[in-house]
Amino acid sequence: MSQAAQRSRYVLKRLLQAVPVVVAIVVVNFFLLQLAEGDAVDVLAGEAGSATPEYMAQLREKFGLDKPLLVQLGVYMKNMLTFDLGYSFRHDMPVAQLVLDRLMPTLLLMVSTITLAVGFGIVLGLIAASNLNKWRDNIISVFALVSYATPLFWVGLMMIVVFSLKLRWFPTSGMENVAMFYEGWDRVKDIAHHLVMPTLTLSLFYLALYTRLMRASMLEQASMDYVTTARAKGLTERRIVFVHILRNALLPVVTMAGVQVGSLIGGSVIVESVFAWPGLGMLAFEALFSRDLNLLLGIFLLSALLVVAINLVVDLLYSFLDPRIEVG
Amino acid sequence: MNSSIGQASVDATSESTAPVLSIEGLHVQLPQGSERAYAVEDVSYSLAPQEILCVVGESGSGKSLTARAVMGLLPAPYVNYEKGRILFQGEDLTQASDERMREVRGSDISMIFQEPMTALNPVMRIGDQIDEVIRFHVKLPRRARRELALSLLEDVHLPDPPRIMNAYPHELSGGQRQRAMIAMALALEPKVLIADEPTTALDVTTQAQILHLIRELQAKHQTGVLFITHDIGVVADIADRVAVMQHGRIVEIDTVDKVLNDPQHEYTRALIDAVPGLVPRAVKTDSGEAILQVRQLVKTYRSGGRFLGIGKAHKEVHACDHVDVVLNESETLGIVGESGSGKSTLARCIVRLHSTDSGEIIYRGQDLCPLERAAMRPYRSKIQMVFQDPYASLNPRATVGRILTEGPRIMGESRREADDRAREMLELVGLDSRAFDRYPHEFSGGQRQRIGLARALAMRPEILVADEPVSALDVSIQAQVLALLADIRERLQLSMVFITHDLRVAAQVCDRIAVMRLGKVVEQGPTATLFEQASHPYTQELLDAIPGRDWSRRRVLAQQA
Repeated sequence: MSQAAQRSRYVLKRLLQAVPVVVAIVVVNFFLLQLAEGDAVDVLAGEAGSATPEYMAQLREKFGLDKPLLVQLGVYMKNMLTFDLGYSFRHDMPVAQLVLDRLMPTLLLMVSTITLAVGFGIVLGLIAASNLNKWRDNIISVFALVSYATPLFWVGLMMIVVFSLKLRWFPTSGMENVAMFYEGWDRVKDIAHHLVMPTLTLSLFYLALYTRLMRASMLEQASMDYVTTARAKGLTERRIVFVHILRNALLPVVTMAGVQVGSLIGGSVIVESVFAWPGLGMLAFEALFSRDLNLLLGIFLLSALLVVAINLVVDLLYSFLDPRIEVG
Repeated sequence: MNSSIGQASVDATSESTAPVLSIEGLHVQLPQGSERAYAVEDVSYSLAPQEILCVVGESGSGKSLTARAVMGLLPAPYVNYEKGRILFQGEDLTQASDERMREVRGSDISMIFQEPMTALNPVMRIGDQIDEVIRFHVKLPRRARRELALSLLEDVHLPDPPRIMNAYPHELSGGQRQRAMIAMALALEPKVLIADEPTTALDVTTQAQILHLIRELQAKHQTGVLFITHDIGVVADIADRVAVMQHGRIVEIDTVDKVLNDPQHEYTRALIDAVPGLVPRAVKTDSGEAILQVRQLVKTYRSGGRFLGIGKAHKEVHACDHVDVVLNESETLGIVGESGSGKSTLARCIVRLHSTDSGEIIYRGQDLCPLERAAMRPYRSKIQMVFQDPYASLNPRATVGRILTEGPRIMGESRREADDRAREMLELVGLDSRAFDRYPHEFSGGQRQRIGLARALAMRPEILVADEPVSALDVSIQAQVLALLADIRERLQLSMVFITHDLRVAAQVCDRIAVMRLGKVVEQGPTATLFEQASHPYTQELLDAIPGRDWSRRRVLAQQA
């Protein structure tokens, strides 16, 4: 079997395996959310201020919240098959549409964060490892340690204070300046401008992590036998570091980054809230407080799908980077 | 200064006798606080072109570090050159610039290593790794480099060179990897090839082939070979001259004939005497009835899996394929084979560390295979195992006392009883009973193996299964442990299953031998019979591949005369 055919079979197999995983996630989430006190009707009634028990019962019946749990689950699963994720009463919109609208900003934030964290992490780790215990290594290591230990929300708030309020370099919140009605490149520039601080905040922790991992990985690989072989072949140090050690040292970093993309979504809840970034994280935060369980379920489902897809991509990437890993 | 020496030597003597490499009074420092001040102390030897000089010694003798010093590859900053000269064609390499050393490495002096798996970059194609050497030393167009690489792979007798060029190291067998390594080292026709234990990690038949290949290529390219090894048998097969190293010094250096057959230094004599002599044990006449019978044992490893019929099929490895062996009371049965022959799997099945797929393991009339955990318990202590790796097989966080008493305590012995027994066993295996309160890391490899043996004996076994118990040890330590095993077996009337890849050891230890290959027993019989008239071609191949076989035979004849 050719490699390409083998790969596509592998992808197919993994996608099929993902189906029961996603279903299980939906079921678990569904019951988990039932454990929370109160439902959407409580919140709506509380906000209205003067709802009678009859009115609340009527609302529950309308939303289907009076039926037994298993029936509710059944209905939800059945609707899911047709990509109908229910209706968000809070936002007065179908959940599917709402979630998809918010997906792009979150993806944008995630992709730029991962790129920044992995890219700079690799470069910094490489510099630190090639200048072991010299001043560059010391500065990078201290920077990594401090970033590693600083809480996300605090970094976000401090950045707003320093760069937005004092220096006025970057906007405090939002994804774009809606009032200006930018189009084309102007809009791209505007969004990029808004993107800087949330990305920096979210990536700082991961950047520190990958820097440390890359440094350790480079040092470990540098003591391997094949490096001695490379020296015995009379290669230059440059060639040894950039061709022989680097590629082997990348493998653990890619593994780690792949595992952590999932937790990035969690981290983005805080960052999106701090910077009022209109993504899934902020939506989840709002949905939680308004007991909009349908919406929350939709967000969970989408996150699960995202993580499954990213894991698959990372595994494929890994098989390209390391010929010893066979997909199959 | 350098050039004048080079000039002088070329003028003074003919090409063939002037040494291509000579080391004069080399000192290599160890870090402060090490066991000794110098890793290499006042070492001098020279290597003539077309000569194979074997440097032999046990681990820690400084034989490898001398070679690393020649390459300028000492593991700085821990180990440093202190003084002495390394003259390569008259040029002192210790004074050469980094740039000059890079020129020399890989083109004038090249090196092959012990472990061909780790010595090659795992994520780079073989072709690229060979190409690199050529590219960094000579200017050649890409096509010419490829042609050269292909012809090199042809020279080392690798099948289908174009395919090998595109292969990654893990796709080749150990022997093939070492061949590729040799091709790489010889790419630019070096004057000196340093081979650092190049066959130690290989199977015995592969080892014989690689030794043959090195000899063949050395003659063809007129290379001087500095061959580092711990194996006297290999020395006998390949060396022209031999240097024996101990504690960083050369204790004896002479032609192979003189050193091996008329050793002057007492350490050399001890080293040579420690090599098992390839004299098979006499056929045992008083062995009792069968204590353990393995019948039609099958063990298959499966890996990979399908999901809803999609994906790769199972990989199946038949580690034991209908194996039949019998162990008689108070005899030693050797299981001999190369890596992947299933000999360790068989051992683990006998001790019931692995479940079996089918077949019977009958101990004194009781089939052990169908027994559940609880039912198996009374039999556990009867069959005990000694493992190969004395470093990995002892729990580093447990004292020796705990390691030794844990088993007996579980079997219901009282604490005092178990402690007394443990101390007794420590003395039996030649250790001080004060070792009881110490931790494994405080002991050397040979001592740890003794602890492993004491652990097994503390269970009062009737059968000892020893899985390569001496293959991780230096030859002198190996001889001691083997003597101890023989002594204890005799005193405690144990029966033993002895797994080994080393036919020399097998000849010395085993009463009967079963030869395994690819999960099957191809031949079994009394050791003497097997050594004199092997009936299976594979057994014959194994016997022929024993390094230094002829030398051992002559040695035995000389001793008898």
